[in-house]
Amino acid sequence: MDIQLKRGLLDVCVLAAIKNEDSYGYQIIKDVKPYLEMSESTLYTILKRLELSGMLTVRTSEHAGRLRKYYRITEAGIGRIEDFKREWREVMSIYQFVTKEEAAKK
Amino acid sequence: MRKQEFLDALRTKLSGLPKQDVGERLNFYGEMIDDRVEEGLSEEEAVLDIGSVEEIAAQIIADIPLTKIVKERVKPKRRLRAWEILFLALGSPIWLSLAVAAFAVIFSLYASLWAVIVSLWAVFASLAVCPIGSVPTCVIFAVGGNGASGVAVLAAGIVCLGLSIFMLYGCKAATKGALILTKKMAISIKNRLIKRGEA
Repeated sequence: MDIQLKRGLLDVCVLAAIKNEDSYGYQIIKDVKPYLEMSESTLYTILKRLELSGMLTVRTSEHAGRLRKYYRITEAGIGRIEDFKREWREVMSIYQFVTKEEAAKK
Repeated sequence: MRKQEFLDALRTKLSGLPKQDVGERLNFYGEMIDDRVEEGLSEEEAVLDIGSVEEIAAQIIADIPLTKIVKERVKPKRRLRAWEILFLALGSPIWLSLAVAAFAVIFSLYASLWAVIVSLWAVFASLAVCPIGSVPTCVIFAVGGNGASGVAVLAAGIVCLGLSIFMLYGCKAATKGALILTKKMAISIKNRLIKRGEA
């Protein structure tokens, strides 16, 4: 897959993983894994970028006697997911157009 | 390798980076290991699952912008004493000009690399433009009754067009090479700065 495309998709996947409830690093990796392979350092960079651009907030909570960082999506983050859905509806209709042309040839 | 060994090794590898960045990243990897242990892995298995220290350090160094690393390296470890500041100020005509000269040499080497690539593209452009000129020239010759010369000019134009197609591939490859070289240079400068940070 194209690197730029994968980068954009990973951002949205991470946001989707924290959309319904706050989540933490390892859980996010496990949730996204079936769809996109992502290393720990990639996740760190993505979380940092999303935090700096106001797509999510971070809080540190105690869990089983140690500290764990939890990530919560913001309004801007939800907006990013909605943008993604709108863009990809367009892409899907283009895909259908392209594959229809191919089917017609056969 | 146990968790603490892993984190210590990573800390050593990253010692040239800003302290706060390193702390945050170590906490992040620590949490990742703890979460795997909680899921039933042993500490050794969890560390193995995360990946090798070298790979992770290389990826982190590639992620952090060069400017940030330089800033960290330039920052003095302690406050300078008054006489040191005086010395630096008095010596500035010497060390400052030397530093500027060294920087200028490196920069000019790099600039000449790109100059070569720009000139390659210029050759390509002139080859590609040749056939456009050769057509009217051919017509002028033909009208003037010198048909043989006209055909020769047209043929030369077509040869240039053919050469330009070869040039295009060469130019593209050279540009790509220069970009890869730039990226490698950035990484090696970073590594060098960080290695000095360890010492």
